[in-house]
Amino acid sequence: MNALAGIRILDFTRIVAGPQATMLLAYMGAEVIKVESRVYLDTLRTEVTAAGVGTEKTAVGMFNSMNANKLGITLNLSSPKGVELAKRLVKISDVVVDNFRAGVMDKLGLGYLALKEIKPDIIVITASSHGATGPESRYSGFAVTMGPLSGLSYVTGYPGGPPTILRNSVDSRCGNAAAFAILVALNYRHDTGKGQFVDLSAREALSCSMGDIIMDYTMNGRVQSRNGNRDDIMAPHNCYRCKGEDKWVSIAVSNDEEWEALCQAMGNPEWTSEERFSNQLSRWQNQEEMDSLIEEWTITHTHYEVMEILQRARVAAVPSFSNEDLFNDPHCQERECLVTVQHPEKGELYVLAPPWKLSATPGRVTRPAPMLGEHNEYVFGELLGMSQDEIAKLAKENVFY
Amino acid sequence: MAESALAGVKVLEYCQMVAGPYCTKLMADLGAEVVKIEKPGCGDEARRRPPFFHDIPDPEMSGLFLYLNTNKLGITLNVETEAGKKIFKGLVKEIDILVEDNPPGVMKEQGLDYQTLRELNPRSIMTSITPFGQTGPYRDYKAYPLNVFQSGGEGYLTPSGVENVGRPPLKAGGFLGEYDCGLNAAIATMGALYWRKTSELGQFVDISKQESLMSLNRMDVIVRYANERKLLTRAQQGVPYGGILPCKDDDYTVFVTWDPRQWERLVSMMGNPDWAKDEKFKDHGSRFEHGELLNALLVEWLVNYTKDELYHMGQAKGVPFGMVNTSKNLLDSKHLKEREFFVEIDHSQTGKVKYPSAPHKFSQTPWRLDRPAPLLGEHNEEMYRGRLGYSKEELVRLRNAGVI
Repeated sequence: MNALAGIRILDFTRIVAGPQATMLLAYMGAEVIKVESRVYLDTLRTEVTAAGVGTEKTAVGMFNSMNANKLGITLNLSSPKGVELAKRLVKISDVVVDNFRAGVMDKLGLGYLALKEIKPDIIVITASSHGATGPESRYSGFAVTMGPLSGLSYVTGYPGGPPTILRNSVDSRCGNAAAFAILVALNYRHDTGKGQFVDLSAREALSCSMGDIIMDYTMNGRVQSRNGNRDDIMAPHNCYRCKGEDKWVSIAVSNDEEWEALCQAMGNPEWTSEERFSNQLSRWQNQEEMDSLIEEWTITHTHYEVMEILQRARVAAVPSFSNEDLFNDPHCQERECLVTVQHPEKGELYVLAPPWKLSATPGRVTRPAPMLGEHNEYVFGELLGMSQDEIAKLAKENVFY
Repeated sequence: MAESALAGVKVLEYCQMVAGPYCTKLMADLGAEVVKIEKPGCGDEARRRPPFFHDIPDPEMSGLFLYLNTNKLGITLNVETEAGKKIFKGLVKEIDILVEDNPPGVMKEQGLDYQTLRELNPRSIMTSITPFGQTGPYRDYKAYPLNVFQSGGEGYLTPSGVENVGRPPLKAGGFLGEYDCGLNAAIATMGALYWRKTSELGQFVDISKQESLMSLNRMDVIVRYANERKLLTRAQQGVPYGGILPCKDDDYTVFVTWDPRQWERLVSMMGNPDWAKDEKFKDHGSRFEHGELLNALLVEWLVNYTKDELYHMGQAKGVPFGMVNTSKNLLDSKHLKEREFFVEIDHSQTGKVKYPSAPHKFSQTPWRLDRPAPLLGEHNEEMYRGRLGYSKEELVRLRNAGVI
């Protein structure tokens, strides 16, 4: 059983933010139709990301990981016929999603007001960098610039060091905010029969995830900056070097009980009984020295050993997991975090399973990302009832391109 | 008054700190009735966390708590007592959604697990948020926000850059990873709510914070090892040239030029300096290769301008500059002002304070503020007397017994 069985989503999104949103909904069983065109290809199919210039192989892996479970069509929106067909698809869809810059869908004649004429209860969500209104709404944005714009980069980094670019994950965060908004709008439509337009700004979605930091400014005029791994109260609270190359474990201690358990697990080295580490406040004040002393112990163990020793003592210790660790990790394996799909060209490919476990509607990874135009026959033939001849003609006219 | 998207949806929250409370805040802000259960006496741990209004460490003045609990009703209840369990069971009979963040097994020990809930209220949804989920070898492992962030694969790569190898991996600023988990839990719960509308059946939602964070890095982190055996480390630069660089006033700017046309526009924006014609910078690949040298040359020009000037000038010329915003910059932003992103909220203990509003703007059912975060036990009377029908005397007795 699927939570969103019977829901159809027309997906004009590309790269990460939008595809993350529609992929989560596809995992819940919605029929997601990804609209692509060689005129405006999802560049993930071919190359550049923040991690460097991708090879075809990485592109397939990455594109696949963002677009599993979706159907794919090619539709050239620069032709009037293409736009007309898009409108026919809107008529049989529940949700339309795009992550174009503000105004692009309007210019194509596919803005909310036009779509509402065609299908009064349609839900339209546009997930842009800066939102649909405001003086910067036409500004461009990328993952690299979104983290800084939101305020998150400024508060991430070593004390005294430069701000940190957050990874492509900032786009996924925006996608998650979009998925939530779509689900809320679907619930509302179920009760009232009304659709609506949702304007989602990536930078605002990200800024909402630092509300407390922003309020330190609005309440106290304090501009928070970079503070490494430090916590306002807890110490020890850092990542510590372990045995091996570039291996680290995070340890956080919130009270005396955990501190004593940590000391005992480390074999009660002499320094732990020093006055300067005798209470939570003094430990916090002397954490730099304390951190290097703790590291003298962690370096003698692997990051996994430290986790096991300390967790047994009820101290919060978790390795700084690399992607290699996560792939081989027994916990992730038991929970089946990664599953495989059979890609027609590339064979077996791993994708991430749904990030939740729903007892009644678990959701499944059912198919790999679509090949370009793979579902033209199904969508235009079966769903729109077009004849083989018509489809062939439009393909020849580069409408399906 | 505009309608609310989640009007009529009843949520019971038994959570602390950030992830669980953010999950239900997202619902409360769109009209769900969220009743937050706190422990009598001390309440949510977030009440003891900074930032405090005017730095006064008062449990009613924590900005973290105030932000994460807007639009909720607050009651106190000790569910470890027999009377408390009875009240809890009375409360869950009437709800649509229970969100809790206790370690796996705790709700069961207290006789308040999903089985019990389902018997009392078969249509209800129970969402449990824990560091590693309800199953698997790490299910009982302890993890604070720092540990959670490091569990998801992104921490190991933060901050990217070869200069950071040998220094400890970092968490993202503030509680970012916890907000992420709250949002992921809200997505799953809204999916379950939709299914309930068509099936009339509730279900159990198991949220692992680790998986919530892995989900954000699926593309360029997690699957790259799985499919290519490619281990990523901080040594791989996030952005080989450009990115965050110094500018005027000891500040920072940010830009990218993925597209060759953007690079050409940047060169013209800089007044076509001779060095830009060098073979070393002729295409994307060679610019990647000579990133360090290129950055040094770029900075010589960037330091003549403020981050504001670069942002607007760059965008006007078609070069995707961004702003490295501080909290103050966000509040001063004309763009955010025009979009009314910040809203003033009046709270009895702090007076009016500006808060960020919401990650979305709904045309039909806008975000709105009905009430600020509750005081500890503020709605005990309303809930216990008004809803559950306890008498004044019973309430006094429960209070004296430490139940509420």
